[in-house]
Amino acid sequence: MPERRRIQVEALARVEGEGGMNVVVRDGQVEDVKLRIYEPPRFFEAFLRGRSHTEAPDITARICGICPVAYQMSAVHAVEAALGIRVDGPLRMLRRLLYCGEWIESHVLHVYMLHLPDFLGYEDAIRLARDQREVVERGLRLKKAGNSLVTAVAGREIHPINVRVGGFYRAPRKRDLRALRDELAWARDAALETVRLVAGLDFPDFVCDHEFVALQHPDEYPFCDGEIVSTGGMRIAASAFEEHFEEMHVEHSNALHARIRGRGRYFVGPQARYNLNFERLSSVARQAAGEAGLGAECRNPFQSIVVRAIETLQVCDEALHIVEEYEEPDAPFVEHEVRAGWGAACTEAPRGLLYHAYEIDDEGSITSARIVPPTSQNQATIEDDLHRFVQQHVTLGDEELTWKCEQAIRNYDPCISCATHFLKLEVERR
Amino acid sequence: MAAPEQRVRPKVAVWKFASCDGCQLRLLDCEDELLPISDTIEIAHFLEASRATVEGPYDLSLVEGSITTPHDAERIREVRACSRKLVTIGACATAGGIQSLKNFGRVEEFVRAVYASPEYIDTLATSTPISAHVQVDFELQGCPIDKAQLLHVVLAFANGREPDLPRHSVCVECKQAGHVCVMVSQGTPCLGPVTQAGCGALCPGWSRGCYGCFGPMESPRPAALGATLAALGADERDRRRLFSTFYANAPAFREHGRGARDRQVSDPAGDED
Repeated sequence: MPERRRIQVEALARVEGEGGMNVVVRDGQVEDVKLRIYEPPRFFEAFLRGRSHTEAPDITARICGICPVAYQMSAVHAVEAALGIRVDGPLRMLRRLLYCGEWIESHVLHVYMLHLPDFLGYEDAIRLARDQREVVERGLRLKKAGNSLVTAVAGREIHPINVRVGGFYRAPRKRDLRALRDELAWARDAALETVRLVAGLDFPDFVCDHEFVALQHPDEYPFCDGEIVSTGGMRIAASAFEEHFEEMHVEHSNALHARIRGRGRYFVGPQARYNLNFERLSSVARQAAGEAGLGAECRNPFQSIVVRAIETLQVCDEALHIVEEYEEPDAPFVEHEVRAGWGAACTEAPRGLLYHAYEIDDEGSITSARIVPPTSQNQATIEDDLHRFVQQHVTLGDEELTWKCEQAIRNYDPCISCATHFLKLEVERR
Repeated sequence: MAAPEQRVRPKVAVWKFASCDGCQLRLLDCEDELLPISDTIEIAHFLEASRATVEGPYDLSLVEGSITTPHDAERIREVRACSRKLVTIGACATAGGIQSLKNFGRVEEFVRAVYASPEYIDTLATSTPISAHVQVDFELQGCPIDKAQLLHVVLAFANGREPDLPRHSVCVECKQAGHVCVMVSQGTPCLGPVTQAGCGALCPGWSRGCYGCFGPMESPRPAALGATLAALGADERDRRRLFSTFYANAPAFREHGRGARDRQVSDPAGDED
């Protein structure tokens, strides 16, 4: 008699947004895996049309409450490309500092509150805190350091108000940034402790062969500048994104699936950045990676938690340097003249490459907008990982297999709110 | 120290509809308060934070997001049925959010502008606030909501009190903060005179005009402000855009923003393959 098992989780927890997963197993063979994204669509590209180019950073921030800075950064860089202006010097460093704050806040939220409980067998961080309060307290304080940084540069943690085309509405005061120095020095130590904590976790033996895609800058770990490069030999300008990547609309998802034209699935995010930019990490981050047993390449998605911790250390270190050297700029923004044009930009959101493109008319109104968030780029890759992971662990009981599948999805820190324009877990065994 | 386990803690649930997750993230942003507050309330259903859920009914439900699909219109009724008190958190849940801009265009055009296969998308023509569907006990404003106001509301309901939050304008907070008025001193258009307090007059403190992300104050006078903005040189399109962002669908702002949206989605097939 053919074996038919069905495992179902109504709504995936500890991810941002709403989605589910279907796995069909027949006679011990995985037949199909679908990541179902039922987060309701919100149509941002549509209602950006007819709005002023100056509104793009505030409107697109509302796509995601976890990574609004990423949306603001991709938006302003794309609009500035259309207008032909370039923001450099201290304003560029302030943008890096702001992005450091968001990476700390987002990565630490994921490492301590969303991902770590899986490895330690807890259902959430609050239950984990009953046994290991000092660990969770360290995570919360570290997360707060990231949020304080975003607030100091741009007014508030969620949907910051100080980002504008050309720079900032007002430059942060030197004394306000200098005041963060002690806490950032603590945060850098706490981030190193975090690397040591997560390096000691038990990782399943699981390796992926995905093509990694990330920005690469000649000498910096990437935020807003650089070429799009891949482990498959791609090297293109951000403005050529649409020539090399395409989005597919599939029935089981309200988020478009992205793929490399002519090749297929690919992977963006912290591991992609790390694998393509290892030499550009600071010496303190590279040394911590070595102590954690990670080489220049990491292909086990479960070890993404270690990579996130290393990146947290990287940006705490960079933020501390920027804060120590900060001098208030002469003007908070670069003036610009309105002109018709098209511009595109990619920046590195905490979850990976985030593409924005805008067409602007001669009055400065947006006539078309295109946004490709990291999670929609990773959907096919997550499905591929799950397919192989379930096959390797098909002998596990339903309850344990379900939790392992959730953990495999959380490896990617999926942001479903972003992607929809995503999770319910359902494993069906026939 | 009293053993918290001996008290019956109120059961709190967090629900998500169409939204960016930012307002529920505010709970996790309470880095100093999160662990102590979990001794006072039982976080019984909060998917973003935990895979463990406790069955209802719940003493307090916090609802984020607006209603945009037939399924969600049904789900909010189920949430109401298992909640003693229901509080909406944020602009989406209390006014329909930025996605309510689709209420003013043809929704098929919006779907076609974003998705290649519109037949896969199940969406209502409108984005509506929770109060359009079920009775709401309190509406917490903001895009995003303020952390201190959220804690105030949760603790008020946990202790059987009514929340007490200001309904006056951002201008009051701006004066209290000692900021220089950006409209008077720089001629910068500002929605502070018609927007509810709660942010601490954040934008004027950063040399920009308020963009209304806490929604209309109690008894606002948007027409009078519109005349002032016009006198400052803001043309009709700029004024309409200003009223038509995160509270575009709030009754007090709706008419003042309408034109900014009627012009949108004129070329729905523009970026389709």
